[in-house]
Amino acid sequence: MVRTKQLVKTFKNGDVFTPVLKGIDFAASQGEWVAIMGRSGAGKSTFLYQMSLLDDPTSGEIVIDGHDTHEMSVNEKMQFRLSKFGFVFQDYALLPELTALENVALPLLMQDLSKADAYGKALAALERADLGHRTGNLPSQLSGGEQQRVSIVRAVAHEPKILFADEPTANLDNESSRRIMEIFTDLHKAGQTIIMVTHEDQYANLTQRIIHLDDGRIISEEKK
Amino acid sequence: MVPLNIRVGFFLALRALKRASLWTTSLIVFVMVLTFLNLVVISGILVGLLQGAVDAVRTEYTSDVIVSTLSDKSYIENSGNLIALTKDLLGVERVTARYIEPSRLEAGYQTRKESDKPDTANALVVGIDPEEEDAISGISKDIIEGEFLEAGDYDKIVLGNYLLKQYILFETPGLATLDNVGIGTKIRLHVGDVTREVTVKGILKSKVDEIALRAFMVDTQFRSIIGRNDGNVDEIAIKINEDTTPEEVRDALALRGVKQDARVQTFEEAQPQAFKDIISTFNMLGAMFSSIGLVVASVTIFIVIFVNALTRRKYIGILKGIGVSGRAIEYSYVFQSIFYAVIGSALGLLLVYGFLVPYFAANPIDFPFSDGILVAPYEQTFFRVGLLVVSTVIAGYIPAWMIIRRNTLDSILGRN
Repeated sequence: MVRTKQLVKTFKNGDVFTPVLKGIDFAASQGEWVAIMGRSGAGKSTFLYQMSLLDDPTSGEIVIDGHDTHEMSVNEKMQFRLSKFGFVFQDYALLPELTALENVALPLLMQDLSKADAYGKALAALERADLGHRTGNLPSQLSGGEQQRVSIVRAVAHEPKILFADEPTANLDNESSRRIMEIFTDLHKAGQTIIMVTHEDQYANLTQRIIHLDDGRIISEEKK
Repeated sequence: MVPLNIRVGFFLALRALKRASLWTTSLIVFVMVLTFLNLVVISGILVGLLQGAVDAVRTEYTSDVIVSTLSDKSYIENSGNLIALTKDLLGVERVTARYIEPSRLEAGYQTRKESDKPDTANALVVGIDPEEEDAISGISKDIIEGEFLEAGDYDKIVLGNYLLKQYILFETPGLATLDNVGIGTKIRLHVGDVTREVTVKGILKSKVDEIALRAFMVDTQFRSIIGRNDGNVDEIAIKINEDTTPEEVRDALALRGVKQDARVQTFEEAQPQAFKDIISTFNMLGAMFSSIGLVVASVTIFIVIFVNALTRRKYIGILKGIGVSGRAIEYSYVFQSIFYAVIGSALGLLLVYGFLVPYFAANPIDFPFSDGILVAPYEQTFFRVGLLVVSTVIAGYIPAWMIIRRNTLDSILGRN
């Protein structure tokens, strides 16, 4: 499903080059739930951004669902993200002027669904996440936990092949975090491939495999 | 079927506008209204200054078509036939004929000593049919003292205000005026060898020189004073109905050979060249002011959209991150720009045609040479609306394009 080979990412600031990923070989298969862990600055998020095509690696290979992404144009990557990926950000990343329903419907509209179909699908997805009563609320009218749940619903409403999550519980209290992880567990049981960055052991332990990163390299791997 | 990017762009724009701060939106729309007014009203008033004068000359003097004496003749020959022919033309509503003769007016002669300088003023005296003349030019409305002429008035004269000293604000070299002349004053009229004592019946005040510098008498008496008994006149003003153009009447008269005996001009052709030159200069000035207004509007929208896109850079990154195309995001900013321009223009149009044009028509600006109105022809105004919308769209698109082409992840993370 996802495979990286000798993935390198180096940031350049003037004459200063900062290597963040130093040749990562990684693979995740369909339906797998993988946690990426490591201390701050280890390169966890940078690795996730490269795999999810939000950023371009300095060198190395990323193959997703059999497609080598190296040769893809910006538009092709955008189309790829739209059709195959879902993304959950640490700070929810909901659009402030869109209601919960509209936030979820937007990627569906972008997939050329009619407004009625997109709204219908978004509403059903929100109801499944117990957010049916919040559809008309703007993000500012939702709690942090509710915003993150809407964010997850938005990420999976179009049934992506891979769900990327960047520390999805980092800004949430325990109860909200627990609910978010329940949703991830349910999604995984339903066959969703999930690659999640986290620094919390209790949530990493819910996954099938934990990758430990340090100084831009995979230093260990635990399979459950 | 509307393309996907446009549909999504519209979806985003609609929600951004719906949930934007009311104050911000109002302020932007207010700037657009001011820009629209700058585009339309400044040049409209500049042109209106002259248009007011043009309208006044047309209303009070030339009417729609004016027939006048050829430069090498003393009067219009075969006037009787010409007037009859004109009255029979399709589209002609009314016709008034004028006898005109250069004259000298003299006042204060009753009390003047031998050694005193005579109080005289040169004027064109016009013999008119009061009823016909008033029906066409409506000059009785210009009477500020006394009364207008009536058929049967004998030895009565109506004077234009520029012939009287009390109505001249600044002394003009070469322009002699009568002093201490009011209603009921007896003055002498010298036409050629004929001198006649007449009584001032009324005083007209007009910004049209052809009225203000003339004196008027009833034609039947004036004809005998100038010894014109053949019915030939010096000027014929023709009023036409709304379905006819002045050019049609002019051409119809030309076709019937009238040009042999008289000069036929539409009201526009009868305007002095200087007038036309000033109008085109004012039009140019108006266009210059409009261009500056357009640049101001474009810069305003550019700044507004740029600041908006810059502060929303993170969200633009998120939109791209979740798969919304850059083109759809650009369209959303273009639609927002169109909204500001269209709402601003719509309010401006309402203000111009619902209030300013009728207001200035009812209360013209009192300029020394004209009653200034606001000229805002629909076709010109809508052309300017189009210009405003187009420049606003470009000004809205460029900053959106600049922000959107930045790296998606940098936008999301707020990195430079």
